[in-house]
Amino acid sequence: MSSYPGSPGGARGVPPADAGGPGGPRPLGRARTRPGEQAVLWLLWLCATISIVTTIGIVAVLVFESIPFFANVDVAAFVTGTEWYPFAEPGTEAFSTGVLPLVKGTLVVTAIALAVAVPLGLAAAVYLSEYAPSKVRQAVKPALEVLAGVPTVVLGYFALTFMTPLLRSLLGAETVQIFNAASAGIVMGFMIVPIVASLSEDALNAVPQALRQGAYALGATKRVAILRVVVPAALSGIVAAVILAMGRALGETMIVTIAAGNLPTMTLDIFAQGQPMTGFIAQTVAGESPRGSVVYQSLFAVGAVLFAMTFLANSVAQWVVRRFRQVY
Amino acid sequence: MQQSRAETGTPIPAPAPAAAPAGEPAPTGATEIFQLRGLTCRYGGFTAVRDISLDIQRNEITAIIGPSGCGKSTLLRCLNRMNDLVEGTRVTGEVIYNGEDIYAPHIDPVEVRRRIGMVFQEPNPFPKSIYDNVAFGPKLEGHRSDLDDIVESSLRQAALWDEVKGKLKQSALSLSGGQQQRLCIARALAVEPDVILMDEPASALDPIATLRIEDLMEELKRSYSIVIVTHNMQQAARISDKTAFVTVRVENETDERTGELVEFDDTTRIFTAAADQRTEDYVTGRFG
Repeated sequence: MSSYPGSPGGARGVPPADAGGPGGPRPLGRARTRPGEQAVLWLLWLCATISIVTTIGIVAVLVFESIPFFANVDVAAFVTGTEWYPFAEPGTEAFSTGVLPLVKGTLVVTAIALAVAVPLGLAAAVYLSEYAPSKVRQAVKPALEVLAGVPTVVLGYFALTFMTPLLRSLLGAETVQIFNAASAGIVMGFMIVPIVASLSEDALNAVPQALRQGAYALGATKRVAILRVVVPAALSGIVAAVILAMGRALGETMIVTIAAGNLPTMTLDIFAQGQPMTGFIAQTVAGESPRGSVVYQSLFAVGAVLFAMTFLANSVAQWVVRRFRQVY
Repeated sequence: MQQSRAETGTPIPAPAPAAAPAGEPAPTGATEIFQLRGLTCRYGGFTAVRDISLDIQRNEITAIIGPSGCGKSTLLRCLNRMNDLVEGTRVTGEVIYNGEDIYAPHIDPVEVRRRIGMVFQEPNPFPKSIYDNVAFGPKLEGHRSDLDDIVESSLRQAALWDEVKGKLKQSALSLSGGQQQRLCIARALAVEPDVILMDEPASALDPIATLRIEDLMEELKRSYSIVIVTHNMQQAARISDKTAFVTVRVENETDERTGELVEFDDTTRIFTAAADQRTEDYVTGRFG
C-alpha cells in the first residue's frame, strides 16, 4: 500500500473497506426500487397468460356450442354413425349425424399426405444433414422452408388444376373423379415435406459427431453409420417431426375444401370424393346455416372432434419425444 | 529435428536440423506393424503434423506424448484414416501397415478401419443396449449365429463381463464412464482388429477407472498392438514400451503451428536419458 504515495489515507485505488463513493459504501439491502422492472415482469406474465386463456377459451367455445347439438342428436349415433347429412330437417328420414364419414375423410387424406411427406422429407433430411456440402445445405434449407410458406389456397388450386388432371391422365378419367382425396392428399404431402425435413434434419444434426466416428472406427460405411447409428439415435426427433406434420395435415382446410369434394362417404377409394372434417366446416360456414340450426351446431361438434384428434396427435408426439429420447 | 530410430535402439545425438530419413529403405521385418515414412497431414492450408517417420512394433504399447495442440491426435488418426472424414484433409508420405501403404489409391479405408480399431477420448457408446454395442461390428461382417459368443468374449477381454453379464439388454448409457470406456474397448475388440488406437482413453475418467484401463491394456498387448495418445506422462511411463515425443514448432513469420517428432525411443530411455533437451524438459515438467 505504501506504493501509492499520492493517495493519502488510502482514499483512492487502495482497498480499505470504506473506500466507497460519497456517502460511504453502498448498502446491500434493496436500496433502490427499479420501477421499469416490475412493469416488464407484468407485461411478460400477461403475454404468457393471454395465450393460455385463449386456448382455454377456444376449447370452452367448442364444448359449449356443441352441447345444444347433442340435445338434438344422440352421442352414440354421432360417434358410430356412418352417414352424415345434418342439412335435412331433424327427425326426417334423410337427417343423419354420424361423424365417421368425415373422420374417415380426414384420416384418408392425412394418411396419403404422410405417405408422400415422410419418405420425401426424411430422405431430404438425411441428404441435407449427412451428404450435402455445407454450401448446398445453406441454399436448400431456406428454399425448402419457402415451400412451407406457399398459401394453401394456391396449393388447393394446384391440386385441382394440376394434380387431378395428372392423375386422371395417368390412371384414366373413369378411375379418378374430378374431386378426390388422392390429389388433395398428395399436394398436402408436399405442403408438410418442409416440416418433416426441417425438423428431422435438426434431429439428425443434433446426433453427436462422436457416434458417427465410433461407427466409422468399427469399419462401418457411411450408409451403415447413417442407417444403424445416426437415424436410430435421432428417432425420437424424427417421430416428433412426423407427428407434428400429421397435426398440420389433420387441420389443413383449404386444399381439401378446393380439391377433395364435398361428399362425406365411407368409401376407401382414394380417387373418389371424401370430404374431411375441415372441408365440411369450411364449406358449411360459407353456405347458409342460420345460427342456432342443427347444422350450425354440428360445426362445433365436428370442430371439437377435430380438436380432440390434433390434441391427441400432439400429446402422443410429446410422449414419444420424452419416452424415446436418447441421451447421448 | 533429432530422431532416434527404434531399430537401432540408440539415440542419434547429431543436431541435424533437417534430417529427413524418409527415403531410407526400411527393413520390412515382421516385428513392425506400422512404418511411417515422412507422414505429413494438412487441414486446408494448415499443416498439423509434418514429416513424421517412425516404426511401431507389434504387440507393444506405443505412446505418443506431447503438449496440447502438437498434433498427436491427428497423427493417431492418420493410422486408420479417420482423418479422411474431416473435410479438406490431405495426407502425404506413407503409412505402411503390414507392408502395405494404407494411403495407396487402391486401399479401401473402411477395410483399414476394420483392422485398425479406435477408442476415443470421451466414451462414445451408441445409444443402444450393451449387447448391441458390442455386436455392432460383428454384425457388419455378417456374424449371426455366433454373436453371443463374440459379445461374451469381447466383454471378457475388456474386463467388463462380470459387471454387465446380467444386464446385457440394458442401455449402454446406464453404465458409468469407466464402464462405458471399457465397453467401447470391447466394441473395438469384437471386430478382432490387429491394432487398437487409443486417443487419450482415460482422460475423461477418474483415477481408479484409469488404472483399470491401464491394466487392461497390459493384458491386451499380448494379442494386439496398441498405440496410445496421452497427455499424461506418468501414464505413458507406466504402460508403454516405446514413446514418441511430438512437439509443436511455431513458425515465427506466419505463426503457423506444426507438430514435429522430436524423439522416439524405448520409454525408459525417453524418461531417464532423453537424447533431446526438449524431450527432457517436457518429461521432467519444465515445459508444457
